[in-house]
Amino acid sequence: MSTPSTPHLTEPVDLPGSGHQHQSELPAAQSGWRTVDIVVTAVIGVAFGVVFWAWNLLWSATGPAFVAFPPAQAFMYGIWLLPAVLAPMIVRKPGAGIFAETLAALVSTLFGSPFGPATLLYGLAQGAAAEFGFAIFRYRKFTWSSALLAGLFAGAIAALLDLVLYYPTWAGNWQLTYVSLVAASAMVIAGVGAVLLSRALAATGALSQFASGRTGT
Amino acid sequence: MTTAGTVTGTPPAVWLGRINPVAQIAAILAITVTALATIDLLTPAVLVAAELTLLPAAGLFQPRALLAKTWPLLLSAAGVAWVNLLFSASGGWDWTGSAALALRVLAVALPGVLFVASTDPVRVADALTVHWKVSTRFAYGALAAIRLAPLLVLEWQAIRLARRARGVDAGRNPIAAIRLFGGAAFALLVAAIRRGSRLALAMDARGFDATAGSTERTNARGSVLRSRDHLYVAGAVLLCATTTAVSVATGLWHPVFSS
Amino acid sequence: MRVGAGPAAVDVVGFGFRYSGRPEWAVRDMDVRIEPGERILLTGASGSGKSTLLTAMAGLLGPDSGDARGAVRVDGRTAVQARDRIGILFQDPESQLVMSQAGDDVAFGLENRGVPAGEIWPRVRAALDAVGFGYPLDRSTHALSGGEKQRLVLAGAMVAEPGLLLLDEPTSQLDPDGAELVRAAVARILADRGTTLVLIDHEASPWLPLIDRVLEVPFGTTQGPLLPIGSTQGVLHSNGEDPLLRAAGAGYSYRADTAARPALALTDVELTAGQVTAITGPNGSGKSTLGLLLAGLKAPTVGRIVASPKLAGRLGDRPPHRWRARDLVHRIGTVFQNPEHQFLTGRVRDELSLGPLRAGAGDRAAHDRAEELLQRLGLHAYADANPFTLSGGQQRRLSVATSLATRPSVLVLDEPTFGQDPVTWAELLGLLAEARDAGTAVCLISHDARLVDGFADQELRLTSGVDHRQTAGFTGPGAAETPRSSDDQLGRNPTK
Repeated sequence: MSTPSTPHLTEPVDLPGSGHQHQSELPAAQSGWRTVDIVVTAVIGVAFGVVFWAWNLLWSATGPAFVAFPPAQAFMYGIWLLPAVLAPMIVRKPGAGIFAETLAALVSTLFGSPFGPATLLYGLAQGAAAEFGFAIFRYRKFTWSSALLAGLFAGAIAALLDLVLYYPTWAGNWQLTYVSLVAASAMVIAGVGAVLLSRALAATGALSQFASGRTGT
Repeated sequence: MTTAGTVTGTPPAVWLGRINPVAQIAAILAITVTALATIDLLTPAVLVAAELTLLPAAGLFQPRALLAKTWPLLLSAAGVAWVNLLFSASGGWDWTGSAALALRVLAVALPGVLFVASTDPVRVADALTVHWKVSTRFAYGALAAIRLAPLLVLEWQAIRLARRARGVDAGRNPIAAIRLFGGAAFALLVAAIRRGSRLALAMDARGFDATAGSTERTNARGSVLRSRDHLYVAGAVLLCATTTAVSVATGLWHPVFSS
Repeated sequence: MRVGAGPAAVDVVGFGFRYSGRPEWAVRDMDVRIEPGERILLTGASGSGKSTLLTAMAGLLGPDSGDARGAVRVDGRTAVQARDRIGILFQDPESQLVMSQAGDDVAFGLENRGVPAGEIWPRVRAALDAVGFGYPLDRSTHALSGGEKQRLVLAGAMVAEPGLLLLDEPTSQLDPDGAELVRAAVARILADRGTTLVLIDHEASPWLPLIDRVLEVPFGTTQGPLLPIGSTQGVLHSNGEDPLLRAAGAGYSYRADTAARPALALTDVELTAGQVTAITGPNGSGKSTLGLLLAGLKAPTVGRIVASPKLAGRLGDRPPHRWRARDLVHRIGTVFQNPEHQFLTGRVRDELSLGPLRAGAGDRAAHDRAEELLQRLGLHAYADANPFTLSGGQQRRLSVATSLATRPSVLVLDEPTFGQDPVTWAELLGLLAEARDAGTAVCLISHDARLVDGFADQELRLTSGVDHRQTAGFTGPGAAETPRSSDDQLGRNPTK
């Protein structure tokens, strides 16, 4: 039932040797967002929103334990940041991180996440921070270095937001520890995770519409 | 799965639903900034009280239903209070401070609950693209993906069952449970990306990509801003300003991070 | 934005296409001329490039997706330029619906083309009438059956008043009722508007009354002009069936009933070794639920699933849904509708050896079993490939084989021939027949009438809300002997 790698449009086909160029009335330049880029980025966000919901269900029993001792939570933090790093790795367009992470947060909220709609704020900030990691390399490198950096920044922002929103009265050294733990966890889980995940996805052939799927990175 | 089913369904026509989504969003922003700026007790208390009065307007008057929707939020607010008690800088057991922080969490989160209960994703996309000029390709691309959410939930469930049928389950081992979860999440991602790719093709077949070029996309449903929307935003801003003013005047106002 | 009018003509001249990243050409040197208003059926073996040709006609192939030669023209313009005059339907309705309300979805195409809002809704209503869609505009798209969804997609395509309508396997994922809905809607449209039609559907015979010409896409490295196949008869492949009856060994029976609207009404079913039982019925009658209950993946809310001592062995009285997964896997095998849901590893070979390993076989035994199955499936060349990269038909065979790898006594299959081409269909049938001959009790949940009629020994037809206990609905040999009460069925050996 799998259709052949679904093809995509832009320009028309020419008769060989006709010397006659057909102009396409169509869309953005190759560096712009194609429909498939938009929809697949969005769908990555939505899929992770569903995964987060399932994850919450799984840990709802032990949840209170996490809430009571946030440093434990810090170790798992990277999962929430995966869409922000993965989407740019796959789609390779500026803004993919923000878009995917915000949607993941949105879907998570719609399904009733424990953090309520503040998740959206987090989504935006985390996505933006991850973008920064890729922007530093001018959106040309999509391998280990940019992924780890993106993970690091996203984690740092998330931790900072937590401090402002939830733990503003903590002692300074606790705050620092927290930020470091979360940023490190994010770098490992989201950064390394995104690289491995994008390779594994490319191996399934699902990414044939994207450069990341064809070169196998 | 009823929770998932209501993600893209139209919520019942409630009073609050008559407020344009961008007005609701503007109000939420005002409240969020106000609540986050300080860690005193008065500001969030007033905001939460005001938000609670709006619950019936969002169709949320059954206490049991409300509790069902918000228990994770309440739990985490309690957790926040608890944690701050433990790790606060002042060294003692600062009960009012912690209560204030818990209320602050609620003050920021409740408007979102109201929003989700009273509005419909399509209307939000329409409002954002018409009034705030958000890119239509991204808004409706996102909307199409959101529509897939309940279907992905069903796929998730099928994937979990399929694994059991293959002889793989975690029993009581938490590490195994995590690995199993990871495998299932991977399968879900593959399914989602495949669906998304096909959906993108179908959307292009109906001209979606033409809108990136010369054609201006129209909106069949439209979105209108009425006086009640402006009043709603004005009301929210007024509430925030008054609360802050009172808080400052009584000396309670305590900017965050100023210790 | 109404561009042109009336049915379109299609010219394919020396067309060839190769997808990016693939060494082989999907199609080569194709030539065909289709007159305005003609209705064409495209046939050809799986992999001959029919879908690629159709997608090219829809103007959806561009330099981004691969290399092209030659031209595909619609009404004189290239297909890409003429896209506003072309509508296309694909197999999966769910991946074509964009909005959550029916009216909004149909309006989508018009919005994209910049049609003023005032003109949109009358045209939407007209399109919905044209396909015979009976629900109001705010009907949720989730609440529609497969056939109704596909009909809605058709309305969405027709609202733009295309001159060319392309259908790529539009009914292969639908049950017979849904397929009929879609065919009727297409017939209405063609009668009203005379749109040019190009259709691919391996379930071709119901479409034949509508078709003017049948063109075969030749398979192979050299293709040439599409050849018309003389008459419009005889385009289907034949199937084979082997009748067989075996005495009972394992038996199940159960009854289930849930509150208000039961997903599955009270039902009795018996699965006996070496017999093929088909469970049929319209959507919503509970076929899949029944399958999950039988497979031990869900617990019944009323009644029981009972495994005979021969099946349960040391597990005694415990119902299947309480069995550990590794105990389940070599007693009851389940094949899900979507093969990709069941893939766990990154290699075909590992997929095949996983089940035996989980069931407790040693490495050597598991390896040998995998080898054996690879040979049997003809997948030896793909032994190290990622299962996700296999074609639909190969994935389907692999998923059936992985469940057979542990030699379960019972096999439950949910729509095994869903969306499959005739060749895979025949091979699946072969695999299942072997399993049955080896003594496996095969339970098929299917709306594929040919499969059921040709292969099943007994059929249980479900209807929503109707009591399916032993007295009702059971057909086939042995029905007269089946007892009224489920308690009698344990350990009973009905004579032939």
